[in-house]
Amino acid sequence: MRLAYYPGCTLKTRARSLEEPALASMEVLGFKLEEVRRWNCCGGVYSLADDDLIHHVAPVRNLIRVKKSGNDNLVTLCSFCFNTLKRANLLMKENVEKRDTINRFIEEDVEYKGEVEVLHLLEVLRDKVGWKDLARQVRFPLKELKAAPYYGCTLVRPRQVAIDRSESPLILHEFLKSIGAIPVDFSESTRCCGSYQILHDRSFILDCSADIVSSARDAGAEILVITCPLCEYNLCQGQKDLAQRRSDFIQMPVVYFTQLLALSLALNPKVCHFELNSCSPESLLREKNLLRQDAIGG
Amino acid sequence: MRSEVNMNSQDPPDVSVREEEKKAVKLIPIYIMGKRYEVPEGLTIMKAMEYAGYKFIRGCGCRGGTCGACGTVYRKPGDYKLQVALACQKTVEPGMYLAQIPFFPVNRARYDFAKLSGAPEEIFRLYPELFRCVACNACTKACPQGIEVMDAISALKQGNISEAAQLSFDCIQCGLCTSRCFGELAQYHMFQVARRIYGGKIVARAKHLEEMVRAIDEGKFDDILEELKKKGEKELKQLYESREIEPVGSGEDWVPKDKAYLLV
Repeated sequence: MRLAYYPGCTLKTRARSLEEPALASMEVLGFKLEEVRRWNCCGGVYSLADDDLIHHVAPVRNLIRVKKSGNDNLVTLCSFCFNTLKRANLLMKENVEKRDTINRFIEEDVEYKGEVEVLHLLEVLRDKVGWKDLARQVRFPLKELKAAPYYGCTLVRPRQVAIDRSESPLILHEFLKSIGAIPVDFSESTRCCGSYQILHDRSFILDCSADIVSSARDAGAEILVITCPLCEYNLCQGQKDLAQRRSDFIQMPVVYFTQLLALSLALNPKVCHFELNSCSPESLLREKNLLRQDAIGG
Repeated sequence: MRSEVNMNSQDPPDVSVREEEKKAVKLIPIYIMGKRYEVPEGLTIMKAMEYAGYKFIRGCGCRGGTCGACGTVYRKPGDYKLQVALACQKTVEPGMYLAQIPFFPVNRARYDFAKLSGAPEEIFRLYPELFRCVACNACTKACPQGIEVMDAISALKQGNISEAAQLSFDCIQCGLCTSRCFGELAQYHMFQVARRIYGGKIVARAKHLEEMVRAIDEGKFDDILEELKKKGEKELKQLYESREIEPVGSGEDWVPKDKAYLLV
């Protein structure tokens, strides 16, 4: 099955480690994610100011181009892109006045009314592949990997765009179970990583990272599983700073869910680009014999 | 690059001459900075302005559509849309309201090309305003070369320098994109960095070019150049006119009779 796919700028530079294992894995699962032509930045963040329409132009233009290319669905991978695109889409669906203003300004010869459905890859895995089918296709189950599913904010908030229930979501838990890992529930799994506050208040990021990591560790987790490049940046920069300041702080590896997916499907670990992970999971995975040499093309 | 246009109208041409011309060619009205002029149909904007008495000291370069000095914004009656053109290329149309934008005071970063590695982050550091783009697409609409300017900016944001260089290949640095950008991006300067990096650090280097440069350095052409320098104008002209020219349609294996300066 072919699906239109929106990568997002970060996935082409710092977060190739999120994208490449995802594309390779989906291919194994029988899905071809086709990058949309001529996409632009998603807008970075959904603008909340009521009269600030100009910052919705970027996400809406992407959606219009998807519609023009004849696609009904758009698969995203970066949580922030997902959130920004889906919320802008909701605005175009529900607010007639703002929709008209944006359509008039954007001049793409299409009257866009929010027709494209914005999906996150986890939804595709749940709804189009199915957990059972996924589990059946797993060749190297991630046995005994105690993984903390970290949702952060943008996949589950606000409720109108959430891919699962906003309180105590389970979609990442179920994903981890399907690929043979042990999901470790922890209290901070939907706590914000600090997001763009990193730009002006680093100490706030350190507090967030400290709480998230210690909560996961106390619950018995060995590794944090994430979906978002900004979470990756904050949790890893935060942990590095903490390790410098506090001699007793032990860093926890951070891994994208797509990297674990690729390993479970027996893909060559090279496709995971572990060299781009700031809090490398490699030694833990090697210890558990999960970086296997008998992988496809390994 | 270019800056001001001398906007002082000179004395109008002799009335009797103008009457003569009116009979010969059709005159159409245009508006230069809001003032009405009647100019002969079929002139380019630049020639029409000169006809009206303007004298270009700067804001005019090649007159052939490649130097980017004569960016023009215009509007036609009954339409709110602003349009763009190069004054040396576009012919006047009745009722055009014209404004020249020969220069735009946009940020231009300084860098030492030899020290650039070619990583996209270097462009991000030189031009952090790149990320102020909101995808309004005004730049694309303002490009007289028909470049997908916004897509090239998107490619840069995605770190795809090669794509940005290729999409912007026809850029003539007129600056009209920048004049319409409310993110204050210097698109054309950013693209220039991208093309320099693409050409200098990304694409494979041509071997024959390196060989030729080496031959020049080693002095293969020094003697003949010295000899040419000593010749007079008449002799040079003669040599030029009698030079051997590759015949039209000759194949790849064509070689001149005098092979002294070929690299084999």
